[in-house]
Amino acid sequence: MTDFINVMLYAMFVENLALVFLLGMCTYLAVSKRVETAIGLGVAVIAVQTLTVPLNNLIYQWVLAPGALSWAGLAAYDLSFLKLVVFIGVIAASVQILEVLMDRFSPVLHQTLGIYLPLLTVNCAILGGSLFMVQRDYDLIDSVAYGLGSGLGWAMAIVLFAAIRERLRYSNVPAGLEGLGLAFIVTGLLAFAFTGLTGLAVS
Amino acid sequence: MNVFRHLTTPLLEQNPITVQILGLCSALAVSRSLEPALIMSAAVISVLLFSNLAVSLMRHLMPQSIRLILEVTIIASGVIVVDEFIKAYAPDISEVLSVFVGLIITNCIILGRAEAFAMQHGPLDSLADALGNGVGYAIILISVAAFRELAGNGSLLDVQILPLMDAGGWYRPNQLMLYAPSAFFIIGFLIWAIRSLRTGQSDAGMQPAAGTSERIADR
Repeated sequence: MTDFINVMLYAMFVENLALVFLLGMCTYLAVSKRVETAIGLGVAVIAVQTLTVPLNNLIYQWVLAPGALSWAGLAAYDLSFLKLVVFIGVIAASVQILEVLMDRFSPVLHQTLGIYLPLLTVNCAILGGSLFMVQRDYDLIDSVAYGLGSGLGWAMAIVLFAAIRERLRYSNVPAGLEGLGLAFIVTGLLAFAFTGLTGLAVS
Repeated sequence: MNVFRHLTTPLLEQNPITVQILGLCSALAVSRSLEPALIMSAAVISVLLFSNLAVSLMRHLMPQSIRLILEVTIIASGVIVVDEFIKAYAPDISEVLSVFVGLIITNCIILGRAEAFAMQHGPLDSLADALGNGVGYAIILISVAAFRELAGNGSLLDVQILPLMDAGGWYRPNQLMLYAPSAFFIIGFLIWAIRSLRTGQSDAGMQPAAGTSERIADR
């Protein structure tokens, strides 16, 4: 259990995908003008990340990894080079299925989150999560923790940033810096605050 | 003439990073030193050329409803080739770039150009557009990386330019530049500089990126 929490906290704070690895920045900057939309996108990221990282982990362990096909008597094959195209396919499919299911069973949720879901196919934080999972040899349990933690971390980062940005609208900024330029500098400061969390762990 | 214009506008006027805010993730993450930045730029330019050409050649064959999946698959195939190539010929750099070569797939510049340009234009124009946008991306990535390596380590491409204090020189390296957040500051200031010089580029520049997102949301 401590392991689970540690992997999760690590993914959420120490190696925050948005602020430490700088992933998913396009969406991060484009959809952070209002806190409500940021929360919507954040929840969508948590859902998709918690779903796709373990799913990709299963596919990698049983089909793609070197020697993974030994259960089918094909131990000599190494399909790991296919991981990029398979992962992006799994992500696109999960996003689509999630959208259909939401529409069917919870139209209200679909109305609030539905518009953000397709954006996530091209969000590097989602694909990045799956690739880091492979790079670090996470098992299934770890990858659930990692998916959940990194999703929560990304959501937290974008909500924090949107809240700051709402306040910034009333501030007096030099011409040319307002908008995008200032957004970058604020994200940089936010990212600096996160470097202070290095080494965080539960024992 | 048109081809030339497609080639030159993305260099500064419609620069993918500073104006369209596309493809930031990798620009920020691999900009710590110059060598990986150069390889990354080459990788992005080749994938962009390949995907724009392929999408443009196949644009009349692709059904509207599944075009995004097809585009992503084309891009992913290109990225796999580039990834294996880098792993084979530059294994050290491949370690440094880690997952970021794979993440070229989700680099919004590539899907954005395929979707916004190659779907409507012929192969020659698309190639020019790809080259222009790729080089526009590379200019920003390489200048950020050069600045960070020079200020953070006093070196360029691992060749010592400014003699460090540890080695008896006069330059005290700026540790800040070795941290990821510094890339945000540099790009932030870069955007500030570009926008102050070219006043037409205020937040209207946010539009193309938002347009791409909306187009994807429309699917």
